[in-house]
Amino acid sequence: MATAAMRTTNPILLGLVFAVVAYVVAARRSHAPWARSFGVFVRLGVFVIVVRVVIAILFGARLPGTVVFTVPSVELPAFMAGVTLGGPVTIEALVAAATDGLRLAVVLACFGAVNSLASPYRMLRALPPVLYEAGVAVTVALSFTPQLVMDLGRLKAARRLRGRPTRGLEGVRGMALPVLEGALDRAVGLAASMDARGYGRRDAAGAGAQRLAAVATGGGLLAICVGVYALLDGSSPRALGLPVLAIGAASVAVALVAGGRRSSRTRYRPDPWRSPEWLVAASGAAALAGVVAVGVLDPEALALSTSPLAWPSVPLLAVVGILGGLVPAVAAPVPPDGSPPDGSPAGGGAG
Amino acid sequence: MIRFDRVTVTYDGAPTPALADVDLEIPEGELCLAVGPTGSGKSTLLRAVNGLVPRFSGGHLAGTVSVDGRSTATYPPRDLADVVGYVGQDPAGGFVTDTVEEELAYVMENLGVDAATMRRRVEDALDLLGLARLRDRPLQHLSSGERQRVAIGAALTAHPRALVLDEPTSALDPGGAEEVLAALTRLVHDVGTTVLLAEHRLERVVGDADAVVVVHGARAERGAPATMLARAPVAPPVVELGRLCHWDPVPLSVRDARRAAADLRRQLDGVALPAMRRAPGEVAVSARHVSAAYGRTVVLDDLDLEVRHGELVAVMGRNGSGKSTLLALIAGLRAPNAGRLEVAGLVPSAVAPRELVRQVGLVPSDPGLLLYRDTVRAECAAADGDTGLAPGTTAALAERLVPGLDPQRHPRDLSEGQRLGLALAVVLAAGPPVLLLDEPTRGLDYDAKRHLAGVLDDLVRAGHAVVVVSHDVEFVARVADRAVVLADSHVVADGPARDVVCHSPVLAPQVAKVLAPAPWMTVDEVAAALQLRGVS
Repeated sequence: MATAAMRTTNPILLGLVFAVVAYVVAARRSHAPWARSFGVFVRLGVFVIVVRVVIAILFGARLPGTVVFTVPSVELPAFMAGVTLGGPVTIEALVAAATDGLRLAVVLACFGAVNSLASPYRMLRALPPVLYEAGVAVTVALSFTPQLVMDLGRLKAARRLRGRPTRGLEGVRGMALPVLEGALDRAVGLAASMDARGYGRRDAAGAGAQRLAAVATGGGLLAICVGVYALLDGSSPRALGLPVLAIGAASVAVALVAGGRRSSRTRYRPDPWRSPEWLVAASGAAALAGVVAVGVLDPEALALSTSPLAWPSVPLLAVVGILGGLVPAVAAPVPPDGSPPDGSPAGGGAG
Repeated sequence: MIRFDRVTVTYDGAPTPALADVDLEIPEGELCLAVGPTGSGKSTLLRAVNGLVPRFSGGHLAGTVSVDGRSTATYPPRDLADVVGYVGQDPAGGFVTDTVEEELAYVMENLGVDAATMRRRVEDALDLLGLARLRDRPLQHLSSGERQRVAIGAALTAHPRALVLDEPTSALDPGGAEEVLAALTRLVHDVGTTVLLAEHRLERVVGDADAVVVVHGARAERGAPATMLARAPVAPPVVELGRLCHWDPVPLSVRDARRAAADLRRQLDGVALPAMRRAPGEVAVSARHVSAAYGRTVVLDDLDLEVRHGELVAVMGRNGSGKSTLLALIAGLRAPNAGRLEVAGLVPSAVAPRELVRQVGLVPSDPGLLLYRDTVRAECAAADGDTGLAPGTTAALAERLVPGLDPQRHPRDLSEGQRLGLALAVVLAAGPPVLLLDEPTRGLDYDAKRHLAGVLDDLVRAGHAVVVVSHDVEFVARVADRAVVLADSHVVADGPARDVVCHSPVLAPQVAKVLAPAPWMTVDEVAAALQLRGVS
């Protein structure tokens, strides 16, 4: 869905993507603490739109069109030629900035939805055990956002107890540091717990092979990045891209196989991959396919025309594709709906 | 099994070592209890067993620590996971998965145990710790007692030869603590696991321990429980009672003490019980038909409660019985779903925070939450500024509550007792007539508790209304005028602390159990009564 959103600036399609994502979140989110991160990401998205528009007003390229108001313009020294500050603001420029911001906001909302629907720990279990340090880092990073959201709640309560403002600039400044400190502490604690419980163990015999696998994976991933960059960036030679990409992919594959064979990890009740899982994956692909197909057939429809300003058209195929994204709201398994925590409403008296 | 050979641990930037020249050997199949005052190095000792110190803490470890012949210098914690199970102070912070069953299986997955064995061991652990009913529950939805049992189970499923637990019962109600300790005792007896356990509330465990390691002033010494405790810097009430009456050997359990106490009971016969504090004054907090719910779960239902100025009310009850929610309601952190709650005639949830802190102060169970400056001095100055007091007022208050606080230190680096004292000073600076404390004795040793009791006593005498939520019956017995017991979202008992506490086998303090049927509650009371009689 996020990829679909990146490919369009059509506000109707973007709005639709957002509606679909929000509906799926509402239908399938659990009571788990990370489930609240969606709201935080949506708020962040709104903030992005506002910032984008403000930037457009102050520095934006001057699109010709209906002038709404004029910001006093400032003459900039010659070495900053090409950058304008102030000047007339047109409706076209505003709309272009707003849709641009909207696109980013919708991508953020999609990211927030992933965060609030999927359990970070379960996603991590899919990670190959070859990359020990990376695995710890990913676990810690995945638990960072939800923990941050929970910490914010507790700190807000604590600030209230001291009669401090919890909103506004002062509120944010007072809370940022303790929240980050708490998150760091927790990260170290979680890493210690994972280590103490045997995460990333190596066989006595397989130490060398593990190290080799780790190096191969790291090198391979790097090669893939270089390859993808070379392919996407028109200016670099295309001949460089494909071979490097292939070498990287092969290296990672070898590393995973070698590392996986040496790894002594086993699975307790592996997550089954059955029809609901296929449906969910397919619905995401359908949304992307719809948008891409429209992009190939009728590139005009995806971009909102800002000069001249026109009401966006509604490409049917893309709409159908995006609506396919609703499937998980019905197909995905219902999260276990336990009663809310007995101990934690208290949240230590402060939550 | 666990061997410390000339071990010295020094943390980065610390002037003195946290552990100095420790020689220790804990044989297989022993239940060994580590005791010592706050900040004496118990946690360092425990975390060094599987190498978390110094690998995750920084600092320098000299000497060797080995478990089952494997030295922590060559084996990182992950390669010791099959011999040592470690359960930290905050079990929830170490959870890696989502549900109880997955959490129990996590360590086995890492060890490469095959699926069939895993299933069997998970079932065993569920039974042993009484978790079968909770197997599919998300970990976030468990009460603290359940979380603690899951954390122990998660360490057990690896079938480690040694189990290391840091304060496993500190967050539990008396019933939950008994369950956890019973499970541990069963492990030692049935499976032969070596258990090393740190605990502040010794009264619960000392009876079952085979040996005691006293950690004091960075030194550690191991010996038989009775001899070690007779001179240890910290001791549970039965041991203190034994010391007071010169019983030899010192009793470790209520049963031993009762047999030795026949004389004492006769001496105390007919001595008047200590008088109550002066009669309480005006009503400070009044709750009428108050209900609170989270989603569909009702936490408090139709609750009536009054707290008066000049009295200390202890609120007790199982984990998850709504005690902390009650405090959150009084402190205005949330509004009741129904009913009317007033503090000094105001509705707390409708009053602006700046105004409310002058009426009610709440110290949460993690007092560190209230502190967010980087030095003690800055924290005190901020509290002065918030409440418009003359600079230095809070610092003076803190000095009275916890003497000798270094103003340059980071609040995070203080000991539990000091941090609590600082948080208390910050809250009291605004001069709220109503003071609420959530689990104030967590992580405090007996000395720090005695000090806190003195501070609270002064506040109550000065006319404050104090509400303390606590699982610590010994502490409640020492400080409370009135006790309220919550269960199943209702008040099941409300009356003078002595009546409520002494008449319940679960809630009764050790001294009351030893001297029953006479309702004496603390060693200090007994000492005072003996002095009155002219016996010593």
